[in-house]
Amino acid sequence: MKKTFAIALALTMIFALFACTNTEKPDVKGPGVMTYAEYKAAALNDKVVVETYVQAKQSWWDNKGTFYTQDKDGAYFIYEMACTEEEYKKLTPGTKIKVTGFKSEWSGEIEIIDATYEIEQGSFIAKALDATSILADDEKLIAHQNEFVSLKGLTVEAYDDSGAAFAYKNAENKTDDLYYKVSKDGKTYNFCVEFYLCGKDTDVYKAVEAFKVGDKIDVEGYLYWYNGVNLHTTSVKAAK
Amino acid sequence: MKKILSVFVLLVLLFLCLCSCHGARSLDEFVMPETFDESRTYELNFWAKNDTNKVQTKVYVDAIADFEALYPNIKINLNLYSDYGRIYNDVITNISTKTTPNICITYPDHIATYLTGVNTVVPLDGLFENEKYGLGGSEVKFDSPEFSELVPQFIEECKLGDYYYAIPYMRSTEACYINKTYVEKLGYEIPDILTWDFIWEVSEAALARNDDGTYKINGQKVLIPFIYKSTDNMMIQYLKQSGAGYSNDGGDILIFNDETKSFLKTVAEHSHGAFSTFKISSYPGNFFNAGQCIFAIDSTAGSTWIGSKATHLDISKENLVEFETIVKMIPQVKPNEPKMISQGPSVCIFNKDDPQEVLASWLFAQYLLTNKVQISYAETEGYVPVTLKAQETEEYKNYLSRSGEDNDFYYKIKIEASKILLENRKYTFVTPVFNGSASLRDAAGDLIENTVKSVNRKETVDDAYFEKMFGRVNSLYRLDQRNPSGALSKTEFHGLPAASVTLIVILCAVWLGIITVFIISRIRAKNKSNLHNK
Repeated sequence: MKKTFAIALALTMIFALFACTNTEKPDVKGPGVMTYAEYKAAALNDKVVVETYVQAKQSWWDNKGTFYTQDKDGAYFIYEMACTEEEYKKLTPGTKIKVTGFKSEWSGEIEIIDATYEIEQGSFIAKALDATSILADDEKLIAHQNEFVSLKGLTVEAYDDSGAAFAYKNAENKTDDLYYKVSKDGKTYNFCVEFYLCGKDTDVYKAVEAFKVGDKIDVEGYLYWYNGVNLHTTSVKAAK
Repeated sequence: MKKILSVFVLLVLLFLCLCSCHGARSLDEFVMPETFDESRTYELNFWAKNDTNKVQTKVYVDAIADFEALYPNIKINLNLYSDYGRIYNDVITNISTKTTPNICITYPDHIATYLTGVNTVVPLDGLFENEKYGLGGSEVKFDSPEFSELVPQFIEECKLGDYYYAIPYMRSTEACYINKTYVEKLGYEIPDILTWDFIWEVSEAALARNDDGTYKINGQKVLIPFIYKSTDNMMIQYLKQSGAGYSNDGGDILIFNDETKSFLKTVAEHSHGAFSTFKISSYPGNFFNAGQCIFAIDSTAGSTWIGSKATHLDISKENLVEFETIVKMIPQVKPNEPKMISQGPSVCIFNKDDPQEVLASWLFAQYLLTNKVQISYAETEGYVPVTLKAQETEEYKNYLSRSGEDNDFYYKIKIEASKILLENRKYTFVTPVFNGSASLRDAAGDLIENTVKSVNRKETVDDAYFEKMFGRVNSLYRLDQRNPSGALSKTEFHGLPAASVTLIVILCAVWLGIITVFIISRIRAKNKSNLHNK
């Protein structure tokens, strides 16, 4: 019995060690695939080929899907990639995909458009990067564009002259985005709950609806850009 | 006897099963009830679109409240969308499940697709003319416009084939918003009527840079002198102005022609920095307000977002640049024969099993044409009321006369944009509507988007490129798979497809055969037994 227990323990340790090794292993790109640094250096409108991992899905529409993806070095927003609805369902968070498309910019958001993909072996879910300390530094922050980040100790500001703490894009039916403003160290930022990412039944949507001006909050989300940083928020908690 | 009965029951059951295999029963043609039954209650779904504008939402909400006060037995559920495309998609999805809304804001191109379903959309001719409940009808509880009080051009746009399938709700056109300060700084004088050549020339001239790489005209690193929001309209209007083909009333696709190719070549020549599109770069208004665009072509219905004193802003105030904005008719090929598109939402009514419900829907749709709704909605943006009755009120005339009194309700650019349509209605046009016209419109825009993208991607854009793209777009939008005789008529929509008719004939023949064989075998059996008995 003792022997069996010892073997089981040893095996568990070996598996645990392998698991640790896997997460630490750097991304080895396949032939013809760009590293994140190469992707970042590519000019707008260049053809790009990247291997990345689906982190979240925004929407599927007219045989095109929009994805937040990330590898171990950086993030790639993939806009309206050709895929059927069935394929879209299979592209769950963690799925590794090889994406071929064109690097593009829309309102400051760097994205891959006109893309096709292949599913590959592998899985990776990024942990939120704490970007609070670089929030005010545009240059440092933009280096992490589209990454999953956390921002801590923010203050909810009035969204407009009415003094409301947030605004609906469609207040009547709640079938669209929520907008809110936060400040940190004297600078104000426009953030959003993207409806197709987090709909009205999600905790984050409800949390923003409950905002009061002056609330102190910690948030998580994807570092999207729309005429400046525009976090696509996925979670909100009272600041610790 | 028992045997005959059981065979008969079996046959009836089989027949019913076969019938049910042909799908859900389609709706019967709408028949106008004699009177509106006000003893009953009706709950109607109204799908509409707002332009991210709270005031527009309020107009809808107020209109519903006012209407419900007049008709307490009718409840309207408002479902707002921010995109016409989504409404179109949702309607298509809901046609098959018979869960379409009752009243829907839409475009005639979309209605043409909805009409491929049998009796899906209610033809409105009978409703218009009805003495009691029609336009200006005796039993209508509000001041409804008569047919003659609708702007003739706008109501004609709602005629698909031989019948009216919609009423206009609002009308707009496209306008060119110009940074006058920059144009004059570049040494140009803005003509009364813009030409494409003028815009291309000024746009190219604006690309001069300083040694540090910034543009001389704005001192910034970013400048796209000319941005077009809706490239489908860009292509459609250019072809109309040139007298070149796009499509015709018969539904023939004429867009793949030499004039199109020539225009795309011009677009390509200027896509090295002088020109871009909404889909490729972003909203023209955002670049324009930041002093990064000189000519922004967008709908008059988006005018409150354009100009350095715009009512609505989508960029931060610190990025806003001060300059003088003016608004003009879109550029023309022949300035003495201007042409511009008439666009804007219309309202259609979906058919239901209960004609009373349809009548209730019609009453609400008609309510949207009343002066209060028309004027208050038109004033939210550069829209124009669709009734002469509203346009001719002192209230509306007073509103137009106060252009520029403030940067909110009387925002100059908004009112001047509305005036472009009001003063040039005779120069407006619409494209032919047929099943597939919505796809053709998408294809028209794609030709420009693809060309600009290809130039950006340093691909070779030449005659061979255009030929290849024409083929690809033709196939992608299935324009090559259409029945060329696409003219709309009621019989065409409501008749069964040939395959269905053939199937039904075959089924009937088979059943007739089975029954005949059965009867003959019964007669033979009976004769045999009679012979035996003898």
